[in-house]
Amino acid sequence: MSNQQKHWEKTRGLLFITLAIWFVFSIGIFLFGAEMNEVTGPFGYPWTYWFTCQGSLGAFVILIFWFANRQEKIDEEFGFSEREDE
Amino acid sequence: MKGNFIDNLPKVYGIYTGGFIGFIIIMAIAEQMGMTAKAIGIAFVAFTVFIYALIGWLSRTAQADAYYVAGRQVPTVFNGMATAADWMSGASFVAMAGGIYFKGYGYMALLVGWTGGYVLVASLLAPYLRKFGCYTVPDFIGTRYGGNLARFSAVVVLTVASFTYVTAQINATGTIASVALDIPFQYAVYVGLVSILLCSMLGGMRGVTWTQVAQYIVLIIAYLLPVFWISNKMGAGFFPHFMLADEVARIGELEQQFGFVKNAAADLKSVPKGLAGITKAHSAVNATPWAFISLALAMMMGTASLPHVMMRYFTTPSVKAARKSVGWSLFFIFLLYSSAPMLATLSKLSLIDPNLPTGIIGKTFAEVEAIDWYQNWNQANLMFISDFNGNGTLELNEFFMGGKAVVLATPEIAGLPYVISGLVAAGGMAAAMSTADGLILAIANAISHDVYYKIIDPKAETAKRLLVARVLLVIIGFAGATIAAMEIQGILGSVIWAFDFAMSGLFFPLVLGVWWKRANRQGAIAGMLGGLIAGAWYLVWVRTGGSGFLGITQLTFGIFGSAVSLVLMVIVSLMTAEPDKATQKMVDDVRVPSGKSILGKSH
Repeated sequence: MSNQQKHWEKTRGLLFITLAIWFVFSIGIFLFGAEMNEVTGPFGYPWTYWFTCQGSLGAFVILIFWFANRQEKIDEEFGFSEREDE
Repeated sequence: MKGNFIDNLPKVYGIYTGGFIGFIIIMAIAEQMGMTAKAIGIAFVAFTVFIYALIGWLSRTAQADAYYVAGRQVPTVFNGMATAADWMSGASFVAMAGGIYFKGYGYMALLVGWTGGYVLVASLLAPYLRKFGCYTVPDFIGTRYGGNLARFSAVVVLTVASFTYVTAQINATGTIASVALDIPFQYAVYVGLVSILLCSMLGGMRGVTWTQVAQYIVLIIAYLLPVFWISNKMGAGFFPHFMLADEVARIGELEQQFGFVKNAAADLKSVPKGLAGITKAHSAVNATPWAFISLALAMMMGTASLPHVMMRYFTTPSVKAARKSVGWSLFFIFLLYSSAPMLATLSKLSLIDPNLPTGIIGKTFAEVEAIDWYQNWNQANLMFISDFNGNGTLELNEFFMGGKAVVLATPEIAGLPYVISGLVAAGGMAAAMSTADGLILAIANAISHDVYYKIIDPKAETAKRLLVARVLLVIIGFAGATIAAMEIQGILGSVIWAFDFAMSGLFFPLVLGVWWKRANRQGAIAGMLGGLIAGAWYLVWVRTGGSGFLGITQLTFGIFGSAVSLVLMVIVSLMTAEPDKATQKMVDDVRVPSGKSILGKSH
């Protein structure tokens, strides 16, 4: 397998992990919205309400920065990161 | 000046922010000294619009890459701010808190949908499109799949989606201008339009970028300051986001106590068009999971297909910067979005809690009608009360408000000085203007670059290309304003439709263009046109009394459109020849950040 194929393999792997986490926070927890809202969560808000207002949103922000860092590492590992003069 | 300007950005915008806060303080002092509410409103809107126009003029340019992609040198964090302003429209600023106020949990799907989409943008698209080096989204489609028909189909989808979106934004600028400047809506729409064009005409993407950063600063101050102020004034908590649990619970209690009385259809006839009462619980989960998830999903996929957002990431200096910039965009959006439900909570409680001095439910009609702010907003056709049961006191089901009023009127209701209302008007104006600018530019650029330059006259000189782009900008703006003046659909509704149109036609052709090498021209064309037509057909069908299926409504028709698009694209691609070697090589090159971009610096 060429260097580029390996790079793409890893990139795809990262994409699947990222999308899996995204799925949990954007869809997964809302499948159980009614049940989870009966339970008190952070700062005293009901759990589903809190996720909808703050929790999921914050998770997305962190997820994107995490993803960007991981992807940079992968690019560096295979020598595909950009040079400053490009 | 140029390199110098980029290095000095933090300083420039630091001074600007200080100057704006200074302006707010001067206005506050002027109010104490007797300046009228009207004059303060005019001063806020006029001052901020003047600053944006000034930035637009200073950013004027005659170079193609400055006009189309701001010279690809916008730093990560600033591009994040510009994207946030580009993204947060009149719908986010003015209408979203209103939607949550009336409909509670069901509408909070918009919060999740309009943020979660950025994960898709960052992981599936933005860095690859940046590597591609295109000027517009159809530029990517046209080069990746090849051929004028593919390029043109992308322009069609882009135009349908963006135009639907832009009419709503011009409507919002018109509403605010008409309230703040006290002129009729039909004229105010054009005042709004001229302000929008001042920012983008001369400088194109460069002008829009630097005004959007300025607009973000205004809109975020204008949104957060009242939320914190009201929360503190009500004694609800020093930091509302972490401290409103008791208030949320109290609303639930009051809702139980009052009950949601259903009004008779005959009674509702007397309520002015566009106003609504509170009919759904505030924080209880009252939507079926699919209703919530389908709306969130449609908004997420729509986010990743909207060209005016995608093209913001063409302006970063590198692929790496594009990825990080998506994170910063979402961070800046998060600041406002996480505050919207807090504002809805505070606004609702201050109106309905009889224990608070501002509460009106349970008061007599004569008392409510004597309140200043009620008279003002009633006159603006945004508030209405009617004694349906004839008992003389106001009940929850007898109070109606326009969606826009929740954000615009709450400071006044909570008893904040008028200077805050002026600030909020300026913030709403900034939000709507920045999005309208991005959208009009996206349409005009697609038509001037992709249709005129790439298809009609590939030999055109830069000067001529930019002239065409500017003329189109004005034409599209006026067309948008004319339709906005007709007020066909509310702000929130039109914006949601725009997302559905975009995802119907563009989501899979864009994503598969990067992630599936086998995708070819025939498949992409079938996907774009088939998806758009299927989505539009579903919308018309449901609007004209069709029952719909799978719980897909007129707000989520993009789910149907994009499913058709995906199926068509895969089937047609597999039935026709695979893309040639050169195209496959191009996809390989797009997938790695290093190396030259696919399209040259000036193409």
